[in-house]
Amino acid sequence: MSETISRQSILVWLRTFAETVTRKRDELIDLDAAIGDADHGINMDRGMQAVVRKLAELDEAGDETSDDLGALFKTVGMTLVSTVGGAAGPLYGTLFLQMGVAVGDRSELTLTDWATALAAGVTGVRARGKAELEDKTMLDALLPAAEALNASDSGIPLADILRRSAAAAEQGMKATIPLVARKGRASYLGARSVGHQDPGATSSWLLLNTAAETLAPAERCAS
Amino acid sequence: MKKLINRPEDVVKEELAGVALAHADRLRVHTAPNFIVRVDAPVKGKVAIVSGGGSGHEPMHGGFVGMGMLDAACPGEVFTSPTPDQMLEATKAVNGEAGVLHIVKNYTGDVMNFEMAAELAQAEGIAVEQVVIDDDVAVKDSLYTAGRRGVGTTVLAEKICGAAAEQGRPLAEVAGLCRRVNANGRSMGIALTSCTVPMAGKPTFELGDDEIEIGVGIHGEPGRERRPSAPAHDIVETLATAIVDDLPFKRGAAILAFVNGMGGTPLMELYVVFNELHRFLEGRGISITRNLVGSYMTSLDMAGCAITLLRLDDELTALWDAPVNTPGLRWGA
Repeated sequence: MSETISRQSILVWLRTFAETVTRKRDELIDLDAAIGDADHGINMDRGMQAVVRKLAELDEAGDETSDDLGALFKTVGMTLVSTVGGAAGPLYGTLFLQMGVAVGDRSELTLTDWATALAAGVTGVRARGKAELEDKTMLDALLPAAEALNASDSGIPLADILRRSAAAAEQGMKATIPLVARKGRASYLGARSVGHQDPGATSSWLLLNTAAETLAPAERCAS
Repeated sequence: MKKLINRPEDVVKEELAGVALAHADRLRVHTAPNFIVRVDAPVKGKVAIVSGGGSGHEPMHGGFVGMGMLDAACPGEVFTSPTPDQMLEATKAVNGEAGVLHIVKNYTGDVMNFEMAAELAQAEGIAVEQVVIDDDVAVKDSLYTAGRRGVGTTVLAEKICGAAAEQGRPLAEVAGLCRRVNANGRSMGIALTSCTVPMAGKPTFELGDDEIEIGVGIHGEPGRERRPSAPAHDIVETLATAIVDDLPFKRGAAILAFVNGMGGTPLMELYVVFNELHRFLEGRGISITRNLVGSYMTSLDMAGCAITLLRLDDELTALWDAPVNTPGLRWGA
């Protein structure tokens, strides 16, 4: 039996991520204050609240009937691009826009679709930010998470694979602590950026961790 | 925090409303998304110039919209990059079918948002060129950082390119001129005090009563070092030495010297700085043939100044002298 990710699960994921960002707002602000300009929590919260409002509008407009997931991801991306600002706006916006392009008009996603979409999104982020692994950016969480999906064997429950992907993101996030920042405002600090966890990698881990908590069908076998 | 504001979250909105009322003869202010255009936009057959950045640096950029300078400016939240939807709508509003130049200051957020805007505009068939200004010598330019920040040279580039566009020069030439201004301009600033972002409600950084920050950024980013306060003579020598040695500006060069106030420093002190700068450059055999003294690229209520030097040639000088009519800069028109 091949498990799939439904539109409903994706909506739950996005709303859960928004709630998580609100809850972790101050934590993200503090991480950013140490090596950046202390606005990451504020900007991500503003952006995800806008996404939640946009999803509610779509629901009210009866858009529930449209199950084009590519269009949904693109709407999320454009909303983030126009409300987050700073560097996170274009980066998270690009992630969702490219995921949208990759999934096309599918109404549900297989694991392969999800892996392809995330890989496309991460490639977009990499091109937009011109960052590489170990530059101490969100890419340090996103890239291992996308790779963990590709390395998965078939036959493993979707929930387990998503958890493995989130765990890879968490490991990547923690690995930013000893790194010297080479991109963004933190890069001006040089060696002084060592010892701090990257706020962008942290919000990216939250995104993938909430994906692991919400995207797998509820009726999966407990593991 | 004492400020002449109502609610912190309304500052940008209310500022834009004030700008619209004060300068209705020259500017039109659009909201949702926010951007400012010159009143006669789009000017048919003329290259349009669009800039933008976080609010809190007034008169940059909105105050430089008008004949002979910018066609549009996109204000973001305080010290936060504007977003691509603003830039796209501004670009469409000023496109006179001769192409659009985006002048972008080198900050990660600004660069990425403008890149997305350019892609969206190009997808709609508008020819867009972008030039990134990165003139702050306080920051090391290296593969391992986001590169030098864009500061005072931006104002000079906007004036000079605006004049060239007004003469009917094509997009590639106006963009080339902008790169030339960037290549010949260098800046560095110092802070006597921090600044306070309205939404934050407290100073961005801590600076002792007797301390100054050498090489401060326009958002209060840390500079090269923190020192005990010193006479203007010593401060100017530190800034000017770093700037002159970086390009380098050589004996016999003709330059435009720009002494910029950070927002909280009186013009009286800026003239004291200009006097010191004049003396310093004279000693190096560099002659100031044009100058600009005043608060044109501010950092809210920060006290301090920045010096920008631009190496001139006859063409750049003529473009600098050309008529301009904006709320922030006006001569000859």
